Amino acid sequence: MERMQQVVGRARAAFRSGRSRPLEFRMQQLKALERMVQEKEKEILAALKADLNKVCGPNAYSHEILGVLGELALTMEKLPSWAAPQAVKKNLLTMRDEAYIGYEPLGVVLVIGAWNYPFVLVMQPLIGAIAAGNAVVVKPSEVSENTARLVAELLPQYLDKELYPVVTGGVPETTELLTQRFDHILYTGNTAVGKIVMAAAAKHLTPVTLELGGKSPCYIDKDCDLAVACRRITWGKYMNCGQTCIAPDYILCDPSIQSKVVENIKATLKEFYGEDVKSSPDYERIVNQRHFKRVKSLLEGQKIAYGGETDEASCFIAPTILTDVSPESKVMEEEIFGPVLPIVTVRSVDEAIEFINGREKPLALYVFSNNKQLIKRVISETSSGGVTGNDVIMHFFLSTLPFGGVGHSGMGAYHGKHSFETFSHRRACLIKDLKMESTNKMRYPPGSQKKVDWAKFFLLKRFNKARIGLFVLALLGVVAAVMIKVSFGSLLQCMSDLPDLFFATAALL
Amino acid sequence: RASWLSGKTRPMEYRVAQLEALGRFLDDKKQEILEATASDLGKAPFEAELSEILLCKNELHETLNNLSQWMKDEHVNKNLVMQLDSAFIRKDPYGVVLIIAPWNYPIHLFLVPLIGAIAAGNCVIVKPSEVSKNTERLVAEALPDYLDKDCFAVVTGGVQETTRLLENKFDYIFFTGSPPVGRIIMTAAAKHLTPVTLELGGKNPCYVSDTCDVTNVARRVAWGRFFNAGQTCIAPDYLLCTIEMQEKLLPALRKAISDFYGPNPRESPDFGRIVNDKQFQRVQRLLGSGRVAIGGQTDEAERYMAPTVLVDVQPSDPVMQEEVFGPILPIVVIANMDEAIDFINSRERPLAVYAFSSNDKVVSQVLERTSSGGFCGNDTLMHVTLTSLPFGGIGNSGLGLHHGKFSFDTFSHHRGCLKRGMGWESLNAPRYPPYSKTNFGIVQATSKVTRKSDCTLL
Repeated sequence: MERMQQVVGRARAAFRSGRSRPLEFRMQQLKALERMVQEKEKEILAALKADLNKVCGPNAYSHEILGVLGELALTMEKLPSWAAPQAVKKNLLTMRDEAYIGYEPLGVVLVIGAWNYPFVLVMQPLIGAIAAGNAVVVKPSEVSENTARLVAELLPQYLDKELYPVVTGGVPETTELLTQRFDHILYTGNTAVGKIVMAAAAKHLTPVTLELGGKSPCYIDKDCDLAVACRRITWGKYMNCGQTCIAPDYILCDPSIQSKVVENIKATLKEFYGEDVKSSPDYERIVNQRHFKRVKSLLEGQKIAYGGETDEASCFIAPTILTDVSPESKVMEEEIFGPVLPIVTVRSVDEAIEFINGREKPLALYVFSNNKQLIKRVISETSSGGVTGNDVIMHFFLSTLPFGGVGHSGMGAYHGKHSFETFSHRRACLIKDLKMESTNKMRYPPGSQKKVDWAKFFLLKRFNKARIGLFVLALLGVVAAVMIKVSFGSLLQCMSDLPDLFFATAALL
Repeated sequence: RASWLSGKTRPMEYRVAQLEALGRFLDDKKQEILEATASDLGKAPFEAELSEILLCKNELHETLNNLSQWMKDEHVNKNLVMQLDSAFIRKDPYGVVLIIAPWNYPIHLFLVPLIGAIAAGNCVIVKPSEVSKNTERLVAEALPDYLDKDCFAVVTGGVQETTRLLENKFDYIFFTGSPPVGRIIMTAAAKHLTPVTLELGGKNPCYVSDTCDVTNVARRVAWGRFFNAGQTCIAPDYLLCTIEMQEKLLPALRKAISDFYGPNPRESPDFGRIVNDKQFQRVQRLLGSGRVAIGGQTDEAERYMAPTVLVDVQPSDPVMQEEVFGPILPIVVIANMDEAIDFINSRERPLAVYAFSSNDKVVSQVLERTSSGGFCGNDTLMHVTLTSLPFGGIGNSGLGLHHGKFSFDTFSHHRGCLKRGMGWESLNAPRYPPYSKTNFGIVQATSKVTRKSDCTLL
């Protein structure tokens, strides 16, 4: 399929032309994206509804569109400061030079989206990649086909067609796409495919950001406001019918509070969705038959404390709670990604920590407790992509926090400034003067102990340099530089460089 | 891995103790290090002291001076909804880290990443290069005496052992070496979803414009090229200049070489040797490209090759097809700066780009219109001696970066943490179902980011 080669080739040629680099161009594209989201709001919501039964209105809007608009506003606001070169601390030897880190685009970036939040998971990376000055190939998930089709239609209407092409298709198309060379790949999806993406990237030495998943544990301490905790957990677990990568996957709690937890969640569910969940306009559906069957099979042999009703025709699974779940059961093996909440009992926070650490590192970790020390302990003795204490999901919404996984839940991070940095190359730049050659003399052969000592003086950082004080250091530097010239260079050259030295000292002070 | 799970490497005091031990290793074993690198590479004592000891100590001191600051949770700005919460980035260690080092700066290239890995609280397995045999032996024997044996180990061996080593699961892999092997490492890492930093290489171009101080340029380029007998990943690999500049540069280069190494570099204690026969033969083959203008003498028994400059080099010549990694400086003639920039951009992105000119604008142009890991204007190699600058490649020259704080950041997982209170639950009400337009309005108002230009109140 040379179509992929053509699409990527065109994007690369467009990038090489240099037009994606100027800040004005990037802002212009971002503004166009903003217009697109605002003008086509209805169409976007309709596509989301068709794919996931996401209600036309508040929840789809707040979960997908609001996030995108927020990210766009933040990025456009901060781009000039993010993209500015960053001056760095210099040492004695480089004190007259220019030393800074430049932020440069990587080139052609590939963004592969997922089906559960099909709009935001394609848009947020796209925003960061455009902001960093790259060309971007967008590959939305084929499972959320309506959103994929819409994105493929809309993006060319608002953005530069060559720089930001949309590629649609399933596994064969994606595999073909991955044989092309990119300068960064951001993939959102599952662990198994994450490995395939990284292996394909390895062939071209392409850096990757993988936003994967896992079983995000949720520990509820005996000492906490159960009603509040369960409300928040219910919200995070059952939104989007449980199909959220950072949903609390399973609960860990003491057996004595298990039934109270169930009661609280039941009550909250009634409050959220009414007596008949199926007819609630706010409750979504499983994305397709395959996932429906997968989630349903997790219920086999489990003690269903609440829920469990399913309807294959509409891919409906009621909000379900399982109790006294065995750690070896199927529902505790893979990421659930559905409205099924198992409760595994543990007798202490130590057991909970051990349980969590005995498994792959998750994307998110949740702890509920009134005891601040306990929360601190759980965080410091475990590892996860991110953490929210006393709530769920919310760390995702703070764009100043990096959002990403660790271990099997992923690598790299994005959101806000972290997106910009992910999609940029930080280039170290040192600009020296062609004059002042005599200070270089100490590094040239022939070698000598004297030269080693001078090198040490100029380069070696010592402990507690602060004690010496910058002034004295500068003075020493001037003296040393003069002495080097006298011992290694000619007097004439020494004279000509002297004014520069004084300026340097003045500049330092 | 068992030691990692015990949590031994996490407390700051432990990390500091291990780092200080590394400092002692460098001090105590200085003589041995100089001797080992001399046997492996004929490394001049000055070069060895500078690159293997001094620069490592810089990293060590920078890390020890700042470790407590780097380890602190980094508090971040919050939005309106989260004003009452605590939001910060925690720097967690990854776990068990593998560092694979090459032979050209055999101490520096494992020690500097090791400093970062220990500072970040990880356990580390070090795999020095089997090609620099004497240093490998020194490290395997001496390092365990200084570091905690449970948490830090040295593994020796060749390709087979390394392949087997890579089948294990690591939580981070740091590799320095060639691009083809970099691909193998990353592919092996993909099986376990292990994040990697790859410090690779490439052909670092060195553009010399017509307006410059020829003497100074020649000295700086010669120094960078012939340091460690050319076996430096950031050495200026080839020179781009006009034919007029070439004619001026040749005598200047000749003089610089003679100033540095005397009339017969073979007798200079300051000029190194090629590391082994295989590399020697490889570099020797490159002498057939173009015409030898300076140097060209070799002695196979000693693995000695004189500091050499080649002219009349065509882009298709063997010396322009691979990273030279030897004491040969090919000069490719171009008509002007634009042609030089096009030449650079038509090739894989290198680890470093160098540009020499008395005209600031020329240096800026080359910088802005090319892409590389790092850049140094009017000098060679020096940008890596500043610990505040990140060191890393792009494209074929590598991914990831390190040095100074960047090492610490590379070996830590930046974990986004949000701690909320259990109270004020009513503030959360607007986000819960059943959804309604009014509630939505509240959510929108409190969590959206407005552009400063949107605000009309002020």
